[in-house]
Amino acid sequence: MKNTKNKSGILSKIYIVLIMIFLYAPIAVLIFYSFNKGKSTVWQGFSLKWYEQLFKDDNIMNALGNTIIIAVLASFFATILGTAAAIGINNFKGKKRVLIQNASNIPIISPDIVMGVSLMLLFTFLGVMFNFEMGFVTVLISHICFCVPFVVLNVMPRIRRMDSSIYDAALDLGCNQWQAFYKVVIHELMPGIFSGLLMSFTYSLDDFIITYFTRGAKFQNLSIEIYSMTHRRISPKINALSALLFLAVLIIMIIINLRDRHEEKVKAQKT
Amino acid sequence: MKSKKPSIPYIAWMVVFTMIPIFMIGYTAFTDKNGNFSLEPFSKAFFYTGVFMKSLWIALISTAICLVLAYPLAYIITKMKHSTQNTVIMLMMIPMWMNFLLRIYAWVTLLQDNGPIDMLLSMLGIHATYIGNTGAVVLGMVYEYLPFMVLPIYTVMCKIDGGLIEAAQDLGSNSFAVFKKVIFPLSIPGVISGITMVFVPSASTFLVSQYLGGTDDIMIGDIIDKIFWTDQNTGSAISLILMVFIFVFLIIMNFFGDEEAIA
Repeated sequence: MKNTKNKSGILSKIYIVLIMIFLYAPIAVLIFYSFNKGKSTVWQGFSLKWYEQLFKDDNIMNALGNTIIIAVLASFFATILGTAAAIGINNFKGKKRVLIQNASNIPIISPDIVMGVSLMLLFTFLGVMFNFEMGFVTVLISHICFCVPFVVLNVMPRIRRMDSSIYDAALDLGCNQWQAFYKVVIHELMPGIFSGLLMSFTYSLDDFIITYFTRGAKFQNLSIEIYSMTHRRISPKINALSALLFLAVLIIMIIINLRDRHEEKVKAQKT
Repeated sequence: MKSKKPSIPYIAWMVVFTMIPIFMIGYTAFTDKNGNFSLEPFSKAFFYTGVFMKSLWIALISTAICLVLAYPLAYIITKMKHSTQNTVIMLMMIPMWMNFLLRIYAWVTLLQDNGPIDMLLSMLGIHATYIGNTGAVVLGMVYEYLPFMVLPIYTVMCKIDGGLIEAAQDLGSNSFAVFKKVIFPLSIPGVISGITMVFVPSASTFLVSQYLGGTDDIMIGDIIDKIFWTDQNTGSAISLILMVFIFVFLIIMNFFGDEEAIA
C-alpha cells in the first residue's frame, strides 16, 4: 500500500514538472535568444546589443508608456465605477438585479473580437457625428468597458457577506455618513476591490484584440507594436522585450505572493 | 447604503458602451452599404461556413486537450501542502501574465524551420516541418488557455469538504471509489466553467492561426478581422452569428452546470 502511494507521488511530481516545462520552455527559448549576437536562431555568441537597441527604439518605449498609462487609468476608473455599481446593484431586488448583473457580464462572456468590432462601429458613428478620431480616449473607454465587470464580480460577494449593521453602528458611534462609508464599508470591501483592480490592470496590459479595433490610425500600445514587429519579420528586439517583461511579471508575482502569505499569517494570529 | 443611486453611472455606461454597440452590430448586419434593409450580409456570411466549422473543431479539440491535461493537474495540486499549492498556482499564472502575442511568438520561435526543436530532432535524423499546420494551432491554443482550465477545476476541488471524503472512506470506499463517487461529481461545476473559459476564446480568437497555422487553418476571428475593414455589413453578420452561437453554447453549459460557477 505504501509503495503504491510513493509511486503515485513520484508520478504526480513528474507530471507537474512536465507541465511546467511545457509552460516555460517557450519563454526560456526567447530569453536565451535575446542574448544571441546573431539575428537567426543559430547561436553566434553572447551579446547585449538587442537590449541596447530595444531601449533606443522610441516606438517601443512610447508604446510601453501608453500601455502602462492606459492600464493605470482604465483600472482606476473601472474600480471606482465598478465598486459604486456593486453597492447600488446590491440594493436592487429580484429579477431587476439578475437582469442588471447579467447585462454587466456581457463584456466578459461575449468574444473579444465581437466587443472590439461593436465598439469600433460605435466610435466610427460617434466620430462622424462629433468629428473626432479614434485614439487614446477611445482605447481608454474600451478598456474601462471590459474591466468594470471584473470589479463588480469581485466586489459583489464581499458586499453580500458584509453585515450591513456595521454601517449603522459607525453612524451611532459618531461618524458622519462619509466617514462611515469610507472607514467601515470601503475597509470591509477592500480585498474585493483590490482583486478587481488587479484583474483589471492585468487584462488591460494583456489586451490586444479590443485595442486593435478601437485604436484608430495612430495610437500604439505594446501589443500593437509587437504585432506589427512580429508580422513584418522576426526581430530579436522582441526577445529582449520578452525577457524584461518576464522579469517584471516574476517580481510582481513574488511581491503579491509574499503579501498574501503575510495576510494569512495575520489572519492566523487573529484567530 | 440602501441607495440604488451609486449604480446609475455604470448602468448608463453599459447602455452606451455595451448595449448600443451590440445593437449596432445587429443593425449593420441587416442592412446593405446604403443603409437599407437587406439579407445580403448573411448570404455572404454563408460563404464562410467551412471556416466556421473548422474554428469550432479547432476550439473543441483544444478544449478537450486542455481538460485532459488540466484535470489530473488540478487534482494533484489539491493533494499538496498548502504553501506548495500557492507556489504551483503562481507558477501557472506567470506565463499567462506575459503578453498574449509574445506567448504565440515564443512558439513560432520554437517550432520554426531551423528553430530549436527542428535542430534537436534533425540531429536525431528526423526532418519535418512543425509549423503551419492545424496541430501547431491547437498547440498554441492549449498553451494560451490551459491555465483557464486548471484554475476553476482547482478552485472547486479545494472547496470539497474533507469530511465527505473521510465519510466515504469510513463507509468502505477505496480511493478509486472515493474519486468516482465524491470528488468527480463535486468537481463538475469547475469542469463546466473551465470548458467555457477555454472554448469561448479559442473559438473566437484571431492571430493564433495566422502565426502558427497554414493557409487552410484560417479561423472565424481572422475572417472577421479581414472583412470588417472593407465590408462592415458582412463583418457584422459574421460577428452576430458568432455571438449568438457563443450565447447558445453558454446557455447549454449553464443548463448542465451551476450558475455561479460560470460567471
